[in-house]
This record gives sequence, C-alpha cells and structure tokens, in this order.
Amino acid sequence: MPPRVNQLGLKRTEYRGKPSTLCPGCGHDSISNQLISMAYELGLEQHKIIKVSGIGCSSKTPAYFLGGSHGFNALHGRMPSVVTGAMLANTDLACIAVSGDGDTGSIGMGQFKHVIRRNVPFVYIIENNGVYGLTKGQFSATADEGQFLKYYGTNHMPPIDLALEAVIAGCTFVARSFSGDAKQVQALLQAAVRHPGTAVLDIISPCVTFNNAETSTKSYPYGKDNEIPLHEIQILAPDYVHAQDEITIEDYDEGDIIDVEMHDGAFIRLKKLENDHDPRNRRMAIDVLERSMREQIFSTGLIYYEEPRPTLAQTEELVETPLAHLREKDMRPPKSALDGVMQKLMLG
Amino acid sequence: MAIQTEIQNKLDKRAPIINDFAFSVATKNGSGSQTSNNVLVMSLFRMGIPVNGKNLFPSNIKGLPTWYTIRASKEGYTARKEITEIVVAYNNDTAPEDVMNLPPGGVCITTDKIARIIRRRDDISYYVIPVAKLMREATVPSAFRKLVENMTYVGAVAQLFDIPLDLIYQVLLDNFRGREKPAKMNHDVIKLAYDWTAENIVKSDPYRFEHMDGTQGKIMMTGNDAGALGAVFGGVNVVAWYPITPSTSFVDGIIGFRNLRQTEDGENTIAIVQAEDELAAAGIITGAGWAGARSLTSTSGPGISLMAEFAGLAYFAEIPTVFWNITRMGPSTGLPTRTSQGDLLFTHFLGHGDSRQICLLPGNLKEAFEFGWRSFDIAEALQSPVFVISDLDLGMNNWLSDPFDYPDEAIDRGKRLDETALRAFIDDHGKWGRYMDVDGDGIPYRTVPGTAHPFAAYFARGTGHDEMATYSERSDDWMENMQRLRLKMDTARAMLPQPIIDAGREADIGIITFGTNDEAIREARDWLANEGIETNYLRVLALPLAPSVSDFIDAHKSVFVIENNFDGQLTQLIRLEHPENISHVRPLALGDGLPMTPSWIYQNLKEQEG
Repeated sequence: MPPRVNQLGLKRTEYRGKPSTLCPGCGHDSISNQLISMAYELGLEQHKIIKVSGIGCSSKTPAYFLGGSHGFNALHGRMPSVVTGAMLANTDLACIAVSGDGDTGSIGMGQFKHVIRRNVPFVYIIENNGVYGLTKGQFSATADEGQFLKYYGTNHMPPIDLALEAVIAGCTFVARSFSGDAKQVQALLQAAVRHPGTAVLDIISPCVTFNNAETSTKSYPYGKDNEIPLHEIQILAPDYVHAQDEITIEDYDEGDIIDVEMHDGAFIRLKKLENDHDPRNRRMAIDVLERSMREQIFSTGLIYYEEPRPTLAQTEELVETPLAHLREKDMRPPKSALDGVMQKLMLG
Repeated sequence: MAIQTEIQNKLDKRAPIINDFAFSVATKNGSGSQTSNNVLVMSLFRMGIPVNGKNLFPSNIKGLPTWYTIRASKEGYTARKEITEIVVAYNNDTAPEDVMNLPPGGVCITTDKIARIIRRRDDISYYVIPVAKLMREATVPSAFRKLVENMTYVGAVAQLFDIPLDLIYQVLLDNFRGREKPAKMNHDVIKLAYDWTAENIVKSDPYRFEHMDGTQGKIMMTGNDAGALGAVFGGVNVVAWYPITPSTSFVDGIIGFRNLRQTEDGENTIAIVQAEDELAAAGIITGAGWAGARSLTSTSGPGISLMAEFAGLAYFAEIPTVFWNITRMGPSTGLPTRTSQGDLLFTHFLGHGDSRQICLLPGNLKEAFEFGWRSFDIAEALQSPVFVISDLDLGMNNWLSDPFDYPDEAIDRGKRLDETALRAFIDDHGKWGRYMDVDGDGIPYRTVPGTAHPFAAYFARGTGHDEMATYSERSDDWMENMQRLRLKMDTARAMLPQPIIDAGREADIGIITFGTNDEAIREARDWLANEGIETNYLRVLALPLAPSVSDFIDAHKSVFVIENNFDGQLTQLIRLEHPENISHVRPLALGDGLPMTPSWIYQNLKEQEG
C-alpha cells in the first residue's frame, strides 16, 4: 500500500521537525504532534509558515515540528514583538507561535496584551503547565493558589487566567484546551490558523517532571478526570455544503448546533454539550472563564470568537506586495524627490 | 532714557561688528519662544548669513528656564560660543545671571518689568522694551496674547540689528504654512515693537546684520530630520519606536517623509508602529529584519538600555536591522534634554557576552542623511545590526548644510539567496547552511521566510549553534562561530565609512574625535594655527575602528582625543585596540551636557600641551 499523502502529495512525516529533547511524556510534544497533523491535514505549504517562540520548555518546541518552515527562537517573553515585525515584513506568511505560562503570563504579559491590541494575525499557543521547567520547578503566574511544590512551598498568589486576559485585551479568537484532548486541540488549531487576527490558544499541557501531581489542576490525572468541554468542535472546510437550517439557528437548545462562519468561508461547527455557552457572546465568555476559575471547573473549547478587526498591516495601509520583496524603485524615491525636498529647505 | 544715555557715553565708540556675534535668548519653557527664535534664525539664513541655532532647553513642558543661542558667523563657523555678546533676558528667574554672563560691551534686551529687578552693569547696553504696554496696544485676541508676547523681542532685535521686516513676514508665512491670519497677528506685534524701538531707543552697540551670500544654495534642517529622510531613501520598511527625548523627532521625520514612498494609490511601503516600550520596538525590528524587510528604530538613553537583549540576539543570530541612538546625558534618566557622547562604549558593546556592534558616527547633516540610507546596506551586507550614534545637538538643533547627495550606490541586499540563487549555491557547495562561511570573509549567506525551496528554512536562535543553525553546545562549534564573527568584524573595518583625515600639515599634534565636535574643533584648530600651533585631524566615522586610526596615532608625538563624555570613551576604545604603549594619546573629555565650544578645546589643548 502506498503511503498516505495529503493534497500536496506530502507524507505526514515530511511535516516533522527535529526529535524532541523534552522530557518523555511532556504535554508539549502532544501539541507539536497536533501542529504537524494540522499542517498535514490542511495541506499547508511549509515555506509560507513561520514559527516563532520565546524562551522556556514550550518555546523549544518549534524545532520539533514543520522542519520546512523558517523558525525563530527569540527572547523570553518577547515572541509577540518578533512576530509583529515579521508579519509586517511579509503579509503572505502565516505564523504559528509558541509560548508558555511563564513566557506569556509573567515576563511577556505586556507584549501579550499589546500584540492582541494590534491584531497581528497569528496563532498564539500558550503551553500552560503552571510551572517553570527549565529553571527546575518554580511557580508560574498561572499556578493554583494554595498549591504546594517541593522546593518552593505553598503558592499564596491567585492565578492569572490567560484566556480571560486575552478576551479583556480584545482578542477575537480565544480558546482553552488540554493537551491530552488531541481531537479538540486539532479542531481548534485548524480553526485558529484560518483566523485573520490574533488567535490565542491557552492549552493546559502538563509538566510530567515538576507539576503532575493529582492535586494540580495542570496535571494529566486532573485534566483527564475533570475536563469539561463546552462543546464538540468540528471544522467544516470552505467547500463543505451544509444544511441551511443549521446555520441560521441563533438561539439554540441543548444538543443544537452552532456554526460560526470564518473569514475564508470555513465553518466552526460547535455541538453544544451540557451548558449554554455561545462563544460569540463576550459577556458569556468572560462569565464562563470566571466561573471556571471560581468553581475550579476545567472548561475547554472555543471560549470567544468574533469577526476580526483589521490586521495591523491593514491598519497601516500597506502595499499588497510583501515589504520584504519590494523592488528598488519602491524602496528609493527618484532623485527628483530629494531635489524637491532640498529646494524647499533652500528658500534663500 | 537718562540712564541709557549715560551708559552709552561710557561705552567705547567701537567699529561696527557685522554678521559675527551671538545671541542668547532666555525665556521660560513653553512660552512660545520657539517660534520667535525660529523666525530669527530663518530670517538670518535668508539674509545669506551663516547661522546656527541651538536650543538649550529643560526637561519640562512649561515654566523652567530655556536658552536659545543663535550664532551668526560670516566665516561660516557654526559651533556654539561659550559667551554670547547679546542676551534677550525675558525670563525674570534667570535674568540677573544672564546679565552677569555678558562680556563687557555686551547688550541686554529685556522687559521693563524685569529691568527693575536686575542689577545694572555700567559696561553693557540696556534696551528695555515695555512689553505690557505694547501688548495692550496690540490687537491680539486674549487667548493668543501670552503666546505672541515673545514677538516683541523679535521686533526689537530686527530694528536694533537690521533685519528687514518684510523678510520676517515671509518667514512667518512659511512657518504657518502660508496661513495669513497667524502670520499677520505675529507680524503686527513685531512691527509694534519695531516701531517703538525705532522711536525710543538709542543704539549704543556696534552689532549689526547685513545681507551677504553665505547661505546661497544651503539648507537648514535638524539631524533627526536628515537621518529620517536618509532612511526613507534607504528603503526602510518597518519602523518601531517608543517616544523618548531626544529621538522622538526622528520618527516624526519619517512620518513626515513617508508620503515620498507611497504608491500612486496612497498605499504605504513603510509601516510605523509605536510600540509599548523599547523592548518591543527592538523586537519588532528584529523580527522584520529576519523576515527580509529593512527595519529601524530610534531611541535614546534608557531606551538603548532596554534594547540591549535584542541587540545581543540580533548580533548573534546575524539579523540586519538599524538602531539610531540619539544620545543624551546618562546614566539613568540623566539630563534628558542635554546633549552627550556618553553612549559610545555601551552601544558598541551592547549585549551580554562577547558582542561588538557596528556603529556609525555622523557629525553633521550630510552624514546623518548618508548614514540614514547607507546603514541599511551595511546591515544587510554584514548581516548585523547597525547602530547610528547621533546626539541631541545634531538631532534636535537646526544645522546649516549643503544639500544632500542622492545615494551614489544601488540598494545592496547583501548575500541573500532567493530560490534560484539557493539552488545554485547548493550546486556549488553541496549544501547550504545559514552560518557557513564559504567566502572567507566571515559573512554567511541567508534566506528569508517565504523562500520556496525545500532546504531554505533555518532556525534562528540566540542559543549556541553550528554552521547549519542547529542547536549545539559543543565547544568547538561555539569557538568556530565566535571566530567567524570576529572575522566578520575585521571585514567590517574595511567596509565601513573610513575616517576623515586632514593630515596635510607639518604637525606634532594630532586630534581625534567623532560626531558633532567637528565644528568646534575646526574653529579651535584655526585659532591654534593663528598662533603657530599646527594640528592634524582625524574624525572617526565608524566602529570597529579603521586601521588608519593606528597610523594616525603613530604619526604624531601627541594625540588628543576630543569627546563630549566624562570618561573619555573613544580614548578607552583606542587603548583597548592598541595594547602597545600609547601614552601619547590623551583624552580631552568634557561631557557637561552642552555642545562643545572652540574656546574649551583651545584652552584645554594648550594647557595639556604645556
């Protein structure tokens, strides 16, 4: 039997990166795997994708997927600014960026907020495990209040909810998921990569070495036992023909379906489970996140979605040709232009 | 009147002094004096008189003292003068001291209100303007009254020193972009003061302006505007910045000139992002440079400190981008509105570990423009960040210059491989690695994201890497990479703008400097030469230092390194690069927050030389 290939005639293995050097069983590797699957399934061209990260365990992962894409392992907490520059330089590119809870929730909080505010189009994945791995087990800003860790004792600070921060900052695509829920992660990635705006995915991704005790809300055992998806998610490609009645339903009852149309004509189909969450309602999004935190409910899925604002490049009214590929005539005005400026300054 | 006549009698009858004296205008910050001073400077410029205006202003929006010095020099000297012959004392807080600072025979123009509180000197001329009375006569809406009050000294100065009123009106019109209403309102006040002065003041000083042709074909501009214009002609694509004095007006300049690069449909080829801080600004330009655009930031003082980590990353990952550092007084917040050359070493070594940054050192408007465009070619040719170190004096003050030369070289994207070139490279060398040095100059070949070739991608990183850009902690990989980076720096020494050397004189003394001290040195050298003390002169334009600096040091018995910082930073750098005994190289380092003056150089050089 010939190996399975995607629409570009590529095998899944051709979307892999270098072998992971993370701890065996790390949640981050599952996410890398889903990224490989996503790019394979959607038939993405790797040279049109950039991978950018900050510093930390999570930020090492771009080396482990899409080996045919340019990557940039930048500075701690500063991935968003590097993405901003790169996406202005070349608007033809898509960007998958990986960060962690320390990288985003502590040192990078400012850039996290501001990249959302500017609506730079990219997938912003936070691999959230509540702990600093590379420096060996300090609490991060998303760690549970009252949690106990071997060397650092009890955490007395309340956690920062990064999905909530994203919604508040004006993010138009906010999701929370669990690295152990491969199907949901895959669906959310397929939706996020289509979103022409900042798409934040806060994925709980357990650290098997420093924070995997059952008592931690960032652990595998906890995630497996407690994850409550808000809905089942399915991505319908732009060419999918669907029943008209299904997408017109606005006020739906339990068991109903909600279809969110995306910019490229694709649909995110949400099959509602035991709750009333509608991701198109900002108030509900904030409520579901606040309730989850208050009542320690591990709600996952598409938390918030809205039609994106203009991207930064659109706001800047840039030419269609990527700035990185402009020709000399578009980069250097003629001599007459300089003479004109000089003449004005010479009014003798 | 009685007092004035009395003083006049005491003053010598001196020969007229024409187009060769300096003013100091003392006002309160935010009182609208900027327009008045600008009108004076531009009027002199249009009279054909070589002129220079320097704003010595406080870090404050309103109320603190500010001084604006205007120097006219028929010889074309434009350095700041330590002593000005004339003071416009319009600030009651500083007036007593301003008057005391005048040389004998000087002139004080002040208001009747301030005249009552200053101690009289009998060796200077006083011209007292009844400002309140004139403003009562002026038909100015009350909302503008305070703002145009300073135009009274423009009127008095015009009458006393012969600046034609119609020329002033033209300058006002241009200042208000052709709008007649504000131009006329200001002009009315100027004319009131002009007429009052003509009728009531008896001139008792020898100073006068006269038309000449010293500015024919010249321009006046700030260095920040010149650098910004250069960047626009250099193909800048992405600008990211955070407001900070004195660099803010650099980006204002790019915003102003951005239309030169718009398409016919009004689309932009320059993106300008006001970042949340300097860290983000540095990150944005690093990302843009990596992705193949020409990117730039401009910053000062604390901003450059915040950019240190990205500077190290860009150096080590070999990403072309341009940083302008418009230097002000540090350390820390320092003196935000005072000029300095105190960031030379910090910028050159910006980044932790063994990093050494390419620096360009403009000393005048033409160089600011040239380095504005050339910095991008250098950054891409060397695949490295480039730091252009200007300062507040050049950046924010109006300088006189010949018009700028259009770039004489085509845009150079350096060793950048597209699909076809990458294919050819792999044919020639068997493989391509991001940090392979196949030319032996330390400069590898790069690809940018979006290149449609299966082997085009690489992983940029600040971590240790081998020539294939793969993560490596091996000592031999590390050492090879560092040796290649050092080789690249040596390649840079010859590629960068070479020092400007004037070594044609029979002289034991050599002067070395960088940046904006040039004008003051030129004048001081003339003074010294008049006394028979000949000097040769070298001005460094780039770091790392060019080999000709060593030759210059060896060729002179005594070398003075003149710099406007406290520690003698260029001297330290020269010593670092010259481990042999060079005790004959000595710093003349100042760093008092003000543009350097010829008299300081003249006195200190003579003293040190003995």
